[in-house]
Amino acid sequence: MVKDMKQAIPIVMTITVLAVIAAVSALAPKDEPPSPLTQVKEQYTRKQTASVDHSKFPQLQRNFTRPQEVTEACIGCHNGRHVEVMQTAHWRWEREEYVPGRGVMYLGKRNSVNNFCLATSGNEQRCAKCHVGYGMTSVQTFDFNDPRNVDCLVCHDRSATYVKASDMAGYPDPKVNLNRAAQSVGRPTRDNCGTCHFFGGGGNNVKHGDMDMALSEPTRELDVHMAVDGANMQCVDCHTAEKHNIRGQVYSVSSMNRNRVTCEGCHTTTPHRDDLLNEHTLKVACQTCHIPTYAKAGATVVRWDWSTFGRLRDGKPYEERDADGNLAYKSIMGSFEWGKNLKPDYVWFNGTADHYMSGDRAPKDAQPILLNRFYGSYDDPDARIVPVKIMRTRQFYDPVNQMLALPLLFATERGKGALWQDFNPVRAAEVGMKERGLPFSGQIDFAETVMYWNLNHMVAPKEQALSCTECHTRNGSRIANLRDFYLPGRDHSPALDGAGKLLIALTLLGVLTHGGLRVASGILRRRNGGDGA
Amino acid sequence: MKRIKLYSGFERFWHWTQAVLILFLAFTGFEIHGSYTFFGFREAVRYHNIAAYLLIALTVFAIFWHFTTGEWRQYVPTLRNIRAQLEFYVFGIFRNAPHPTQKTALNKLNPLQRITYFGLKVFLFPLLVASGLLYVFYRYPSRYGIEAINIESLRFIALAHTLGAFLMVAFLIVHLYMISTGETALSNLRAMITGYEEVEQSTTTSTLEGQQT
Repeated sequence: MVKDMKQAIPIVMTITVLAVIAAVSALAPKDEPPSPLTQVKEQYTRKQTASVDHSKFPQLQRNFTRPQEVTEACIGCHNGRHVEVMQTAHWRWEREEYVPGRGVMYLGKRNSVNNFCLATSGNEQRCAKCHVGYGMTSVQTFDFNDPRNVDCLVCHDRSATYVKASDMAGYPDPKVNLNRAAQSVGRPTRDNCGTCHFFGGGGNNVKHGDMDMALSEPTRELDVHMAVDGANMQCVDCHTAEKHNIRGQVYSVSSMNRNRVTCEGCHTTTPHRDDLLNEHTLKVACQTCHIPTYAKAGATVVRWDWSTFGRLRDGKPYEERDADGNLAYKSIMGSFEWGKNLKPDYVWFNGTADHYMSGDRAPKDAQPILLNRFYGSYDDPDARIVPVKIMRTRQFYDPVNQMLALPLLFATERGKGALWQDFNPVRAAEVGMKERGLPFSGQIDFAETVMYWNLNHMVAPKEQALSCTECHTRNGSRIANLRDFYLPGRDHSPALDGAGKLLIALTLLGVLTHGGLRVASGILRRRNGGDGA
Repeated sequence: MKRIKLYSGFERFWHWTQAVLILFLAFTGFEIHGSYTFFGFREAVRYHNIAAYLLIALTVFAIFWHFTTGEWRQYVPTLRNIRAQLEFYVFGIFRNAPHPTQKTALNKLNPLQRITYFGLKVFLFPLLVASGLLYVFYRYPSRYGIEAINIESLRFIALAHTLGAFLMVAFLIVHLYMISTGETALSNLRAMITGYEEVEQSTTTSTLEGQQT
């Protein structure tokens, strides 16, 4: 039998070697069709060439005096496109949304509340600079059915000369050469989208944190997709559109899990070679690991304090900048805190959100007020951990009616009660709340508010993706706040660990005692002339 | 005294490979657990998984070997002589009393060893292997849309695996200590390395109490 065993060794060895060879050959690279990523890269690096040259069209060979004339010329050929645009949120400033707990409602820039410039209502003359239309001085009176007011150029101008004027309800700057802009039209570039979206909140990267004018010509370091030295992708490569309904939405004004842009659409849910990493996609959004920091180019506002509003210097409003040149104080707005190269915060998110709507009660003892609640949890199969920028603001609050007081901010002249013109918060809140048909007590206090902003841009090169221990670590895990699941490396059961350590300690004590007694008894035996075998 | 072969070549290969793998698994496993940092989390996970698959492969061979050779009978627990064996470790060993169980090629394990190894094979090993495989694969059902057997939480899998790990470490400590309780302090170790051990010539008289050599 012993001999048999000896003969078994080479057999076992041979089988083991064969198994190793089989494993190695199974894992070795093979001739396969190009990976999805390779195909995607090939697709997006293909040069886009326009199929027509608009500057040759006689319809555009004329001197436009009003922007509406340009729109009429566009519609003259593209005779159904305006209808598409007029159904989008870019035009309507609202979408039909189902909001959990509220039902079906219309939600959008028209009626939402945020913690930057608070709300658009009443302030359209200024806010409509970012409306794809002309002359929206008020959503109440604006004719949403007049196609001539659709602003085709803001998205399709390729001359880089078209800009909308401030405080002109969406009209272009009077200096713009409409003829030149109209002849240049084409597929929207990063600059077209960026003219509004990089400046949300009133300045570069103020609002989103991942939307900076540096994305106009980004390096690979800043954004791996849009890098001019890389794939040089345009916004509309991911934010594709069908009948002008552009994919993607922001959860300050959206509630439903629909029409979103996903990484998986191109990269699939199994983009890594390592299966262990692929498994993460069930619970972790791609952005969580691949956007390790945001506000990588310019700083973003992380806190806004309206309560310091109205300080004067020499009887006049003023502004102050911090050491980095960012606006630290402005009399008409209050104080700001900025952040650069920030680590995101992380929340569960299943693509649905609730919102604080104007008039909602927010008790004093339930602050900070969360302006957009993200739904999702570990148990929710649709939810992923996503990175967010958290915006914190101290804003006007009516302590009697226990709701956010939304002041009228802007008017074209003094005496209308607008905060920025008349400097009286109580009067501005009174006018603002009246505009919404909401009560106002005449008292102004301040409330802390919190808002989540999804981070989806500024995707870093893969070398900079989060390492395991950014989350899988006992102390200082990036997702230390998400406690509704067991995370290896971070979590443990103190009771089990305690019992285990006790078991090991007792075992060690036991063998040491036993061993010690054996040694001692041996010595005693020898000294007593014992048998000592 | 007689020199007998106790452990065949495969048995020793199995034992020592298993020993190295288990020590390595414990080391990398407690790093993953968060007890310390050595390889780094990602490498620790990778090495832990490789070692686990190697151990499973080795175990498959070992099970095959045990059944084809009939060696599995060595691990059938028995209560016979168990009291004497207990008394030996509690009292006799300090008086240099002889071992109550005589090792033979057909009966290598004393009754306490039989129970311990039986528990190891039917409880601790399956616990660690099953919880370990679930640790790695518990996501697969939901990934492939088999919702009926979906496991939502890693928590109990991880805690079961941790429990197994602590028990294994406790076993290892006792196991290492017990090496020294052979005929001489090193005879057990020598036997597991060379395969041979010096045993009493007669198996019938040497267990009688008070017998002098």
